[in-house]
Amino acid sequence: MSVEINGTAHERAPRPGQCLRTYLREEGCTGVKKGCDAGDCGACTVHVDGEPVHSCVYPAFRAQGRSVTTIEGLASRSGELHPTQQAFLDAQGFQCGFCTAGLIMTTAALTDEQRADLPRSLKGNLCRCTGYRAIGDAVAGTCNVRSSGPAVGSSLGAPAGPQVVTGSARYTFDVDVPGVLHLKVLRSPYAHARIVSVDTADALRVPGVELVLTHKDAPERLFSTAQHENVAEDPADTRVLDDVVRFTGQRVAAVVAVSEAAAEEACRRLHVRYEILPAVLDPKSALAADAPLVHGDKQDDNLVGELHASLGDADAGFAAADEIYEATFRTPRVQHAALETHGAVGWLDEDGRLVIRSSTQTPFLTRRAVASLYDLPPDRVRVLAGRVGGGFGGKQEMLAEDLVALAVLRTGRPVKWEFTRPEQFFGATTRHPFEVTVKAGAARDGTLTAMQLSVLVDTGAYGNHGASVMFHGCHESVAVYKCANMRTDARTVYTNTVPAGAFRGYGLGQVTFAVESVLDELSRRIGMDPVLFRELNVVRDGDDLTAPGDHVDDLGIASYGLDQCLERMRACRDTADTAPDGWLVGEGMAIAMIAAGPPGGHFADATIRALGSGRFELSVGTAEFGNGSTTVHAQIAADELGTTPDKIVIRQSDTDVVRHDTGAFASTGVVVAGEAVLRAARDLRVTGGEAGHGHFDGTPRSVAFNAQWFRVAVDPATGELRILRSVHSADAGTVMNPLQLRGQIEGGVAQALGATLSEHLDLDATGAVTTTTFRQYHLPTYADTPATEVHFAATRDAIGPLGAKSMSESPYNPVAPALANALRDAIGRRMTEIPFTADRIWQAMHHR
Amino acid sequence: MDLHTVTEVVSPAAPGMWRPGDAWLGGGTALFGEPRPSISRLLDLPSAGWPPITVRDDGLEIAATCTVATLFRTLGTYDVVAQCCHAFLASFKIWNVATVGGNLCAALPAGPMISLGAALGGMCRLLDPSGGERFVPVAGFVTGEGRTVLREGELLRSIELPAVIPRTAFRRGSLHRHGRSAVLLIGALDRDGAFTLTVTAATRRPWVLRFDEVPSPEGLDAALRAIGPSDYVDDVHGHPAWRAHLTGYYAEQIRTELSR
Repeated sequence: MSVEINGTAHERAPRPGQCLRTYLREEGCTGVKKGCDAGDCGACTVHVDGEPVHSCVYPAFRAQGRSVTTIEGLASRSGELHPTQQAFLDAQGFQCGFCTAGLIMTTAALTDEQRADLPRSLKGNLCRCTGYRAIGDAVAGTCNVRSSGPAVGSSLGAPAGPQVVTGSARYTFDVDVPGVLHLKVLRSPYAHARIVSVDTADALRVPGVELVLTHKDAPERLFSTAQHENVAEDPADTRVLDDVVRFTGQRVAAVVAVSEAAAEEACRRLHVRYEILPAVLDPKSALAADAPLVHGDKQDDNLVGELHASLGDADAGFAAADEIYEATFRTPRVQHAALETHGAVGWLDEDGRLVIRSSTQTPFLTRRAVASLYDLPPDRVRVLAGRVGGGFGGKQEMLAEDLVALAVLRTGRPVKWEFTRPEQFFGATTRHPFEVTVKAGAARDGTLTAMQLSVLVDTGAYGNHGASVMFHGCHESVAVYKCANMRTDARTVYTNTVPAGAFRGYGLGQVTFAVESVLDELSRRIGMDPVLFRELNVVRDGDDLTAPGDHVDDLGIASYGLDQCLERMRACRDTADTAPDGWLVGEGMAIAMIAAGPPGGHFADATIRALGSGRFELSVGTAEFGNGSTTVHAQIAADELGTTPDKIVIRQSDTDVVRHDTGAFASTGVVVAGEAVLRAARDLRVTGGEAGHGHFDGTPRSVAFNAQWFRVAVDPATGELRILRSVHSADAGTVMNPLQLRGQIEGGVAQALGATLSEHLDLDATGAVTTTTFRQYHLPTYADTPATEVHFAATRDAIGPLGAKSMSESPYNPVAPALANALRDAIGRRMTEIPFTADRIWQAMHHR
Repeated sequence: MDLHTVTEVVSPAAPGMWRPGDAWLGGGTALFGEPRPSISRLLDLPSAGWPPITVRDDGLEIAATCTVATLFRTLGTYDVVAQCCHAFLASFKIWNVATVGGNLCAALPAGPMISLGAALGGMCRLLDPSGGERFVPVAGFVTGEGRTVLREGELLRSIELPAVIPRTAFRRGSLHRHGRSAVLLIGALDRDGAFTLTVTAATRRPWVLRFDEVPSPEGLDAALRAIGPSDYVDDVHGHPAWRAHLTGYYAEQIRTELSR
């Protein structure tokens, strides 16, 4: 019995235990996405006999004799978009687009009654990027795309929009690689153990198994999974496969086989003998003199980085204060939860060159890392990314490519490794958990007299990003204030836990949560309005940016809109909202500053060529994962060349297309890569040749500002919290694309609300991750995400391209403290550990 | 997700077919939602063609294979049925496939079909491998988190509900607006004035508290004290002390509502 897919009979029978999603993808419908693989996220939504279902939990055999419609079959045969597809395009109801096919298939099946109750109707569709407002607009039929006059400053849609809404955008695994082998990994059940032996005989006997890799097959060379322009920024402490495992979930061995089934079966048949070693699971214990050493083979303590520095005299500052407040704040592990998991597929091209297609934010740095690991000249390795299904910092890391490369080099055949959703939780990286004690003093006239930070960062079993996140966290969070007396003591330590890594905000969010909470409390104590207290103490245009410690001196205020942001916060108080009877209402705000780009160099090259007939080909290195920088690059080039963005064809995120690009991280898509694009376009225009080249080295750097305000209501009987109003003000310099900028801010606020109100990745007493699915790890849904009013400050930056600044990470950072301050205002208690779930709020109110 | 160890689907399946390594397959949304490396054969029940809902003089029989969507379409006019369907964390798209029986057999504290069946005094009809049957109250079918009274090879055939659906009051608490139930309480008032309070989601198994009439606040409180602190679920969906508090808070609201 055949399966009818989009009107065509498919005769190949599904495998007995196959889910419909995999069957459809194998039959060529790669618009059907694998997001959670457990029925929670809805990215795989298709219609079976007209009814929407989650195809990842739909037995494929049951589709036999039925008719299946996927995103590829939604448009008319003549190619005219389905009204829902057109609506998502008009509203730009997507960013990375990985969830979009599922959202469109769901929306297309909604009844009028269901459309009227989207919080309920869309509870089975997770979007990590947008914050849902744009999706609501799409359902409502709102058109957000507008263009008039110059491209820069217009609300243009993403160039890939038509592909995203038709399911034809090609993400990492949406390519047919003939003969591809599948890689699966056996992971450690212990937090710390030496691998005594791995008996591979049974595994190798499983039919279809081609290769088993253990630490004996892996290079001795140490590296860091973190990708930075400067390799020395992260400790080289990682092996492709190590003979010591340092966290539960670490790779022990890999199996390469003709099918996932065979690879998994072989993993179950690997017999590993472990010598269990003492483990340390929390960062305080890791500092003890007799603590087990996570990397005892490399160093005699667990310290990854530290900062002890002062400005002025903190003790004198506290002595001059009328009020002093001190508290300790904690932030948990959080997962990026990009809907496309980590993974890569590799092969050798006709030339014998190693090619890796990866879900990465850093193709060029990953090429360098792979080449270095296997002693290959860089020109013998090509790394490219298709469209990437979300990043949020998680893909500024080499988590799959090293092993895929080894498997390809050993077998000479194509090899694919796609992380499962649980592997994202226990085998990838998290946001760094921080413990931050802040002590601050103020005089009654509002002068901030002293500020003292004590910061403990848990980097987990490997040091990727561990020191840099700490330094960054301790910089702009306090440098935004003119405080004569500051002291910072910060340490990052190893523990035998799942490694932390780069995450949107890069440490700033965690420290800002503490600093902005303490300043709010301090303003209460001196009886001063918190906005005025900020105004009196923040840096102003022309001020130097200073914080304890040595910092690269290329950072300055090249445009200043924080005053406008604060004025917007003040205006929020004049609004009114109604709360249910008996609920407690509170208001709170917080600010954040972020450097537009990382210190120490971030490079981009761009090339633009005339194709004839008024069209141009723009080559850039950066990846597109919903950040929208591709749209802006086309806008910049179009204006510079006196054409329209639809005439600009973009090639990107491929080490073959430009000389170098550090990568799409540290909020550099516009300010670094965009500047390179501007220079390339200018070069072409000025020289009038066939091609223009542009390069930017990412220095000097400006700063961007954000401020967030909430009004919340809390039910004292249940602890339930509702956000009555959310307002965000951002100083991004020139607004290159208002639609996209608003989307970045809304998405950042929503993701931060996840960390503030629901998300926490938990470990059990042995160090194993217990929250391994979206049922246990609650991402914000449509119902959980309030509308956020977004306001832009009117500034023009003296450094950034056409006056623009960064605005991708920073909206995240003021959210947790603003919410904490509003909650404090409502319930009269200061909560110091996120997330603020209803049970914790209720317990805080009732001391239980 | 793909269940790679499955090598055969038996469709339709029937009692007596089960052998070690087999799993009864309802809609598949639970079975295919987690790795199941110990399963080698799926015994497909929906293809057996059991009528989803049978109305008889003495009650209703809901087949284990009845989808949540069919239940909602057929009986959703009863508030308590609609409320329990909406209590699913899962979307309406899952309702199109997930079955009532599957929800009972998964035996999660937050399983709303367990709440519904227990609150309405439902009975589970179980078939053993020889075709023999036994009846177990829904409230007793689930014995703990993920645990049921099902024996090896036994299957859940249907849930039988009494003909008269009593007046009910429903309260649900969750950490998130449409999130997984942390507390799900249903009060039922029979025509003869008897009051039952069914506590689910908050506790590891359903608790049914029975009263001849609507109790006083003190009487209700005393009865709730039978549920000990360790009977409350302790997981990421809510702290046990909060669940216990909400149980008492909502129980009193239900008592008041059904007293009117």
